[in-house]
Amino acid sequence: MAHIQLPERMPGIVGPLAFSPETAKPLLELAEVLLRAPHTLTSAEREMIAAYVSFRNECDFCQLSHSAAAAAHLNGNYDLVEQIKVNPEGAAVSDKLKALLAIAGNVQQGGKQVSAADVAVARERGATDKEIHDTVLIAATFSMYNRYVDGLATWQPREREAYREMGEQLAHQGYTRDRFRETPKAAQS
Amino acid sequence: MAHIALTEGLPGIRGPMVFSPETTKPLCELVQVLLTGPHSLTPAEREMIATYVSSENDCYYCQHCHGSTAAQHLGGGEKDYEFIAQMKRDFESTALSPKMKALLNIAGKIQKGGKQVTTVDVERARQEGATDKEIHDTVLIAAAFCMFNRYVDGLAAWQPHDPDVYREIGQHTARLGYVGRDYKKPLDAIAAKQGSSVTKVAGS
Repeated sequence: MAHIQLPERMPGIVGPLAFSPETAKPLLELAEVLLRAPHTLTSAEREMIAAYVSFRNECDFCQLSHSAAAAAHLNGNYDLVEQIKVNPEGAAVSDKLKALLAIAGNVQQGGKQVSAADVAVARERGATDKEIHDTVLIAATFSMYNRYVDGLATWQPREREAYREMGEQLAHQGYTRDRFRETPKAAQS
Repeated sequence: MAHIALTEGLPGIRGPMVFSPETTKPLCELVQVLLTGPHSLTPAEREMIATYVSSENDCYYCQHCHGSTAAQHLGGGEKDYEFIAQMKRDFESTALSPKMKALLNIAGKIQKGGKQVTTVDVERARQEGATDKEIHDTVLIAAAFCMFNRYVDGLAAWQPHDPDVYREIGQHTARLGYVGRDYKKPLDAIAAKQGSSVTKVAGS
């Protein structure tokens, strides 16, 4: 049971967003800018950073929903997303993204864990200041969302299948549409 | 030196904010809703939650900005700054209300991780009169500062240790809030000492 009275059958962050619309607005706008605005990193890459940080924070809802969003951007390639979470160094992604994931993993541990050497590696592999900035902020932002979702003990389905539809919607329709004010279809059945 | 090229002379989060205006907008709106405006917790109390979490995360800039803002909301005297310092060290020993202590306890758990908050922690807050909204907002303030602290330290943003800088920031923020401000404008406390601080940064 959640720590506060949340609307029923709304998974993860959806309940708290409905509970507090005045904070939901900037929270969703932030996710939209970070994960979906035009960028030199693809939305799939940015969603993988979000999924990786959420996985390391052991937040089921966030890691499964953003894994599903990343997979939706990758035409359903869940295998790659799973590789990223478990062993990013061995995953079939660019060396630049591996260096950015290493920075994200350090931000997850704490801001001071990011070293000049981590940043130098990313830069050698072609990362720009904006890519490094956005990686740090995506990782920091998910260190917030994960705590918000778990700190209120929200209801979180554990099966990957429950997130497939949500992933498609997040990937292709984004974070700032009205669905967060309604009960998602997947949760009604 | 910061990990990316940021405008010189802007302390803490201000460099990254100016670097990335499109993310600054929702970040400022979030902190504005959480820490200012009408609420059953006073602005001073909400700034204290932000300060405590930032102190636990060891983020120099955030804990001193928000600590100073909280102190200004309390009156801005030396005793108010001392109170904030004591709150950071050991909030249970302060004259804060039992409800605030219970909420700070929850905020401290969030700093370590969302799953650290137990039903016992929440029950304690509820018995001291905390509402669902107060518990929700405490969790989200604490979570938001786990973000802001990581953003500032993760980019190795410049964080001066001059108390005058934080006094000025606290005075401005307590009066003006967080949105619609010109964060590019140099602080008087930094401009006044720019010669010495620039030399220090270059030599460090």
